Amino acid sequence: MTAATVTRANPVARKRRRSRAGDSRAYTIFRVVALVVVVVGLAFPIVWMILASLKSNIDIYNAAKTFSFVPTFDNYVTVFGEQSFLPFFWNSFVVGAGSTGLALALGLPAAYAMSRFTMRRSASTVLLARIIPAISLIVPWYFIFANLGLVGGYGAMILAHMFTSVPLIVWILISFFDGLPVDLEEAAQVDGLTPIGAFFRISLPLSAPGIATAAILAFIFSWNNFLFSLILSGSQTKTLPVAIMNFIGYASIDWGGLMAASTAITVPIIVMAVFFQKYVVSGLTAGATKG
Amino acid sequence: MTQTNLRGSQFGSSLSIWANRHRKWIFAGPAVIFVAALIIIPLSYTIYLSFTDAANSLRAEINFIGFENYVAVLTDTTRFWPAVGRTVTFTVGVVAVELALGMGIALLLRRPFRGERIVRGIILLPLVATPIAVGMMWRLIFEPSIGFANQLLNWFGLPDNGWISDPNQALPTLMFVDIWQWTPMMVLILLAGLTSLPDEPDEAARVDGASAFQRFRYVTLPLLMPALIAAVVLRSIDAFKTFDILYATKGTGGGSLHEVETVNIYAYGENFLYSRYGLASAVLVVFFAMVLILVAIQLLRRKKDY
Repeated sequence: MTAATVTRANPVARKRRRSRAGDSRAYTIFRVVALVVVVVGLAFPIVWMILASLKSNIDIYNAAKTFSFVPTFDNYVTVFGEQSFLPFFWNSFVVGAGSTGLALALGLPAAYAMSRFTMRRSASTVLLARIIPAISLIVPWYFIFANLGLVGGYGAMILAHMFTSVPLIVWILISFFDGLPVDLEEAAQVDGLTPIGAFFRISLPLSAPGIATAAILAFIFSWNNFLFSLILSGSQTKTLPVAIMNFIGYASIDWGGLMAASTAITVPIIVMAVFFQKYVVSGLTAGATKG
Repeated sequence: MTQTNLRGSQFGSSLSIWANRHRKWIFAGPAVIFVAALIIIPLSYTIYLSFTDAANSLRAEINFIGFENYVAVLTDTTRFWPAVGRTVTFTVGVVAVELALGMGIALLLRRPFRGERIVRGIILLPLVATPIAVGMMWRLIFEPSIGFANQLLNWFGLPDNGWISDPNQALPTLMFVDIWQWTPMMVLILLAGLTSLPDEPDEAARVDGASAFQRFRYVTLPLLMPALIAAVVLRSIDAFKTFDILYATKGTGGGSLHEVETVNIYAYGENFLYSRYGLASAVLVVFFAMVLILVAIQLLRRKKDY
């Protein structure tokens, strides 16, 4: 990450890289074609989904109207009217924001301590949560939460989502704090701050980009989570990925409505990811290049 | 009055000294305890259930039946072992293709070009899109009579395929979906690895007259190994546990012939559809052990390589 930033920020290095290559014309053409194939391959299905969400169910069944059709918002009317999806957006948001906030409160100091004191065993305990198949925990969770009367409420879902976000946040922030020089904290301590004071006054403000990265990724993972919410949500607290199953009937599927709902769920998170592209990429690749 | 104030501040400062002395555990403790509690309590409970005949209702009487569930699971050649086979096929297949494609795309993106930001943004799309919505999207694309996949085949004069609804094609089709969704993850990690590599070795090899392929094979690839292994470990663990796209497209049971039923889907059905908690717990313990073995093998290999 650091190396990448340095290279990109340095125009001389960048120029040298480009001129050094001396690519053949054939390679340049191949590269352009290959990149176009990649872009179309990755983006087309999503474009197709959005197009389908704007078609009437009759047009969806008509192969001649794949690309040329009269757009309609009827499917969105179904999603937000008949199926009243707005509360599900709220549920997804509450669970996402709640679990991310609480997970940060737990994970941020933990990552700091684990980085500064190299607590390998504690770090691997937390990261074990990333490896364990969630399904092997969810039945007992369900039973415990049911006994506590938490199933169907936000509490159980927030706790379950935190189980993914705490390790994610710890993982991202450990590598962030590893890259944050200790000197500043030490200088602050010489000037009379306690170690905890130095953490709050010096390291915490400096780690804003790391916190943003961790929070954005944790929110995305929570928004997209299906299994936990499927089992722990009640009819009033369904999150979006669970609510989408409403469109699958026993006899038939309302394809237009289903595509509109899929688009409505996916687009906000895509916009957010593209907007915070830099953070999302550094979060997804955190720690992977350390070796 | 002054007395109390003094005592208060004394207490405050001794608390502060204590807190600062033990800050390591005050900071790390809550997160470790939280995660450990959410793992250890449920896992012990799952292990306990796996030795019982718990079924139908968890409030019903539960009898201890020893290893009966494990015997049933490990000798089950109609559901369990085929599910294991599919899980392994799925994982090995998608990770291999994703690694090859990811490596290729990362090399394409390695050097700067115009429109780089847009391309990199598009690469993120499959990664951040909600998996359940992605599953629904591909379900329509691969719909035999109205989906785009068959339409595309028809344009080239090829006959229709059954895709997800054809028991023989369902698993490969869903592997394709996983590859579409997760190749970008490989790209991101490998690209981060590539950009952090020093230029000098590559430069030196070029001066010595090494071809592009030789430079990749003998210079770039060995240097990239740590990132490559990290990407493979991460992806195999996640691919092994794939649930959302399988559930979204085929539901519980993995289709009428269980054609896409992986261990994850199988255990889910046993638990929540048939409420055979004891048996399902045994499946999960075996599954859990498999994941641990998978991770252990990869970590051991990693150690051996360095």
